[in-house]
Amino acid sequence: MANRLGQQTVVLDKPAIILGGAGIVGKKEGDGPLARYFDNVIDDEYAGEKTFEAAESRILMDAYVKALEKSGKSPTDINLILSGDLLNQCTAASYAFRDVNTPYMGLFGACSTMTESMALAAMLIDGGSVDYAVCAASSHFCSAERQFRFPLEYGNQRTPTSQWTVTGAGAVILGKDGQGPKITAITPGKILDQGIKDSNNMGAAMAPAACDTITRHLMDTGRSVDEFDMILTGDLGKFGSEMLRDLMRRNNFDLKNKHKDCGMLIFDLETQDVDCGGSGCGCSAAVFSTYILDMFRQGIVKRILFIATGALLSPTRMQQGETIPGIAHAVLVEA
Amino acid sequence: MLSNTEGRCRAISNKLSKHEYQKMVEQKAPGSQIIRNLLAAFITGGAICAVGQIVLIIFEQVLKADKETAAASTSIVMIFLGAFLTGINIYDNIASFGGAGASVPITGFSNSIVSPAMEFKKEGYVMGVGAKMFLIAGPVLVYGIFASVVAGLVYFIWKQVM
Repeated sequence: MANRLGQQTVVLDKPAIILGGAGIVGKKEGDGPLARYFDNVIDDEYAGEKTFEAAESRILMDAYVKALEKSGKSPTDINLILSGDLLNQCTAASYAFRDVNTPYMGLFGACSTMTESMALAAMLIDGGSVDYAVCAASSHFCSAERQFRFPLEYGNQRTPTSQWTVTGAGAVILGKDGQGPKITAITPGKILDQGIKDSNNMGAAMAPAACDTITRHLMDTGRSVDEFDMILTGDLGKFGSEMLRDLMRRNNFDLKNKHKDCGMLIFDLETQDVDCGGSGCGCSAAVFSTYILDMFRQGIVKRILFIATGALLSPTRMQQGETIPGIAHAVLVEA
Repeated sequence: MLSNTEGRCRAISNKLSKHEYQKMVEQKAPGSQIIRNLLAAFITGGAICAVGQIVLIIFEQVLKADKETAAASTSIVMIFLGAFLTGINIYDNIASFGGAGASVPITGFSNSIVSPAMEFKKEGYVMGVGAKMFLIAGPVLVYGIFASVVAGLVYFIWKQVM
């Protein structure tokens, strides 16, 4: 059985093993610095489907199939799929997995969905409820734009703190046995709302939650920043990362050069016109499932704290004058 | 493992009040490049109006239309151009450069109606195009028409009194 450590951290008795992962992205992401790590780059924003929502489901499905293939597992080995996305009713995931004959649970954690699913699956595996699970998340620039912002062809200017929703999906297969990096501990995050109202500044809205979860993890486990090879946040972007480092310093933790952010890794901020970087569930999902797992395979990293960050904003509540709640869940991944 | 931490524990979330955090974000957030944006808006808006002026001159001098017909026809041509450029995926690029310079002229109004119509066609002609077409332009129409009624009333009363 797992042990609770401190206030929020759970140390797993039987670590969940990441058997393999896959990431599929769109064209813009495929033009970015991580291009060679992705399993497939889909140039057509419709991915051969009729709508953007269907395209997102298709990309998620592709990532799931590829992840199974790379882990040497078949769909019948899987006991549970934990997946989610940004759309209302978890549209992309629900429609992607409707023809898969496997138990499925939909999750919504905004862009924190990937670590939310990995944390839950790891606990279920540790408890013996599940032997093998799929954790997956997706986002699509076009389906997110139409739900959260404006029609694609509507002309407007983006603000300097805005982020670009990644078109992509990532999936990992977690198991009770096998070869691969292990999830050894998790720290589920609290919802933190520090009163940010600007939906074009989600990095600032999520930074306090990321800071809280990271600080909590470090204090619960008694580890110092130096003991990690990387502290990887989901999609704080350039400005959110700055805020995180600042907030962490106030908690007497210096992140130094250990901190990396998937939103800044996936795009070239100088040339790709994405302002503060990438965002969306698919951002951290695709980066972790490909680039980061590859770093583990090559032995470049041995211990990473992976914290996907989510802005739990509701367009309806924003119009009613509300602020943006942030959340961040951490999973500790060790070689 | 858990020594020396309790003191810091309590402080994690509450080191900064909401107000202090908002202030810090405001101070540090990169601002828009105002001069660049103003200049781009001036050039873009000016260019659109120059095209409108050329169209007006053609109607007046080449096609010998009277003043009112020429003005109305020019608006129609500009609305068509806005819709056309939206349809071939160009207007959003103009606006991302020109900002308000592209959204304020009548071509921008046209873009605000055509773009949702294109976007929501997938949900059908009734619940998609029909229902969502005025998603962005709706408020402009509502308050524009309301303001014109008020102005008309004031004008009417003014004429009666004077």
